[in-house]
Amino acid sequence: MSITLAQVIVSGLLLGAVYALFSSGLTLIWGMMNVVNFAHGDFVMLGMYSAVVIWTALGGGPFAAVPVAAIMIATLGILSYFLLVRHIMRGPMLAQILGTFGLALFLRYSAFWYFGADFKTLPDTLVGGSFVLAGIRFEGSRVLAGAVGLGITLLLHVILTRTAVGSRMLAVSEDATAAQLMGIRPQRMQALAWAMAGAATGIAGALIANFFYTSPTVGETLAILAFVTVSFGGFGSVLGALVAGLIIGVVESLSAYLVGPVYKDVIVYVLFVLVLWFRPQGLMGKA
Amino acid sequence: MLGLGKGASAQPAPVKVGVIYPLSGNSASAGNYSKMAIEVGADVVNNGNADLAKIIPLAKGGGLPGLGGAKIQLIFADNQGTPAAGQNQALRLISEEKVAALIGAYQSGITLTASAIAERHGIPFLTAESVAANLTERGFKWFFRVTPVAIDFARAYSTFLKEQKAAGQKVGSIALVHENTEYGNSVGSVIADQFAKDSLPITQKIAYSANSSDVQPQVLQLKEKNPDVVIFISYTSDAILYAKTMKELNWKPSIMIADNAGFNDPAFLKAMAPTVEGLVNRSAYSGGKPGSVPAIFNDLYKAKAGVELDDVSVRGLEGFLVLADAINRAGSTDPAKIQAALKATNLPAEQMAAGYDGVKFDDKGQNVLASSVVTQLQGGKYVTIFPKERATAKVILPYKGW
Repeated sequence: MSITLAQVIVSGLLLGAVYALFSSGLTLIWGMMNVVNFAHGDFVMLGMYSAVVIWTALGGGPFAAVPVAAIMIATLGILSYFLLVRHIMRGPMLAQILGTFGLALFLRYSAFWYFGADFKTLPDTLVGGSFVLAGIRFEGSRVLAGAVGLGITLLLHVILTRTAVGSRMLAVSEDATAAQLMGIRPQRMQALAWAMAGAATGIAGALIANFFYTSPTVGETLAILAFVTVSFGGFGSVLGALVAGLIIGVVESLSAYLVGPVYKDVIVYVLFVLVLWFRPQGLMGKA
Repeated sequence: MLGLGKGASAQPAPVKVGVIYPLSGNSASAGNYSKMAIEVGADVVNNGNADLAKIIPLAKGGGLPGLGGAKIQLIFADNQGTPAAGQNQALRLISEEKVAALIGAYQSGITLTASAIAERHGIPFLTAESVAANLTERGFKWFFRVTPVAIDFARAYSTFLKEQKAAGQKVGSIALVHENTEYGNSVGSVIADQFAKDSLPITQKIAYSANSSDVQPQVLQLKEKNPDVVIFISYTSDAILYAKTMKELNWKPSIMIADNAGFNDPAFLKAMAPTVEGLVNRSAYSGGKPGSVPAIFNDLYKAKAGVELDDVSVRGLEGFLVLADAINRAGSTDPAKIQAALKATNLPAEQMAAGYDGVKFDDKGQNVLASSVVTQLQGGKYVTIFPKERATAKVILPYKGW
């Protein structure tokens, strides 16, 4: 295998880990409450702006930006839940879709108004530039994002499957009324799900900002990928999003390199359709 | 001129001009800078500027004398970066806002659809910056283009590269990397044709989607073939990703040319200038001596936008001035009269905000006096390096990058 091909695969894996990172919040919300958060991409966008603001105003790197973005977007998640989602959940499915879609537009155009249409980028020295290992180049910022992506996804998976809080959250998602009879407060659990999803999304944004451009519409570009990753992996499955993210990242990189960049989306989406054909619930979703 | 029963002091109704630009979406920063440039132009026509009035007749203030001092009212519409939205906005501006003429729409693919609506309704459509070759090949009667086009750039790049070759630079292998909508495809193929004629070998062609979230595979393809020269035809977000990724993967050619658009966006320069030092570009803006039209407009624009005029914004501004001149000479908001006036346009070089030799349209609606210069990013600013008679600095090669 040539060095270039190895580089393509490594780049694809790192990209895929990042896809998994910014998709985990979306899949969590779906798994917990059957709500698709169409504002997810814009949550990521605001996480990215948190990192930009912390750098430009305070000169802080990712170690300052990540916790701040996590808290900011978790707060945004809780607010969204109490002010919007809690109410529209009582309405028909269409109201839920349009409600979070409206939230997406509100956040996007607020960012336009406040930050302007300019593209911002962070200096690549923040995460220590790049290094070469066995002839393959690694970008510090992407390695950090990929590693944290893996870590967060596994952490969320453990919380949901191995802890008491996770069991309570799952109980609420299975049957909120029954859970309430068992002494669990559904609203508290759902708000917690939004907070956790927000924190994961904020962290994703703050890390992606280190190697991507930040602009008010960046959420659009990223949201499509998040939706594909989540439905590929199975709505509600955090591990599924991780596996799907890695597959999409590698397939995208390999097809762009071997076949041509204009075909990569075709190849990824054909694969996506094939998966849904044979497993409509996604790779690891519940049937 | 006065309507019956109206007082002599009545202000004539403003002339509505529809302006379609990407005010949201991935090219929103370029669209918003062009919007500000056109607002500066409208302000000069409506309220006057003493320095410009010495050179440009319409800059005396008090609106359009040909229409009894009517002011110009700009109505902006957001094309959202999609051809469908551009088309809808054109229809809305024509049927609901009743605009006298349209100007826009930055992306060639959107100008294509929006101008088709104008053509069907018989409303003049002027593009100030869309360069795809086929726009003026459709036999449209209501379409006018002020900007220089792909063949002008292709010739400029070709002559420039041949000159560098004569000076000892290697130009034995050339890669062409272009986004795959109307703009990238058409400019790419015009450059490829011209280079083939001039026996400059294009050894690698990479088409990609401008909305890509990742360009690493493309840069790795370049790195593997390692061409002497790379020509990028890109919009803003992809331009940023290329600049970042080339540095990440540590690869650069000895000459890097970017065809304007994304690499010229002030937002790109603010974010990436230190990463692309020595980048070669084209421009319709080459500054000017103090007191010249470009210099005065640059001061006005800088006060409003906080950045200097650049290639894209100056072309937007120039397009607006051409349209204002035509409406004034038409003496009416009747689209047919504006169309006739546009056809008769003959503006001299000294009135130009952009670095054109003037404005005069051929039968297809193309400005035959449009021209552009080759620039290079030196110390974070674009300076003119070619042709010699307009150069303000010497070319520095090889490409430095970061």
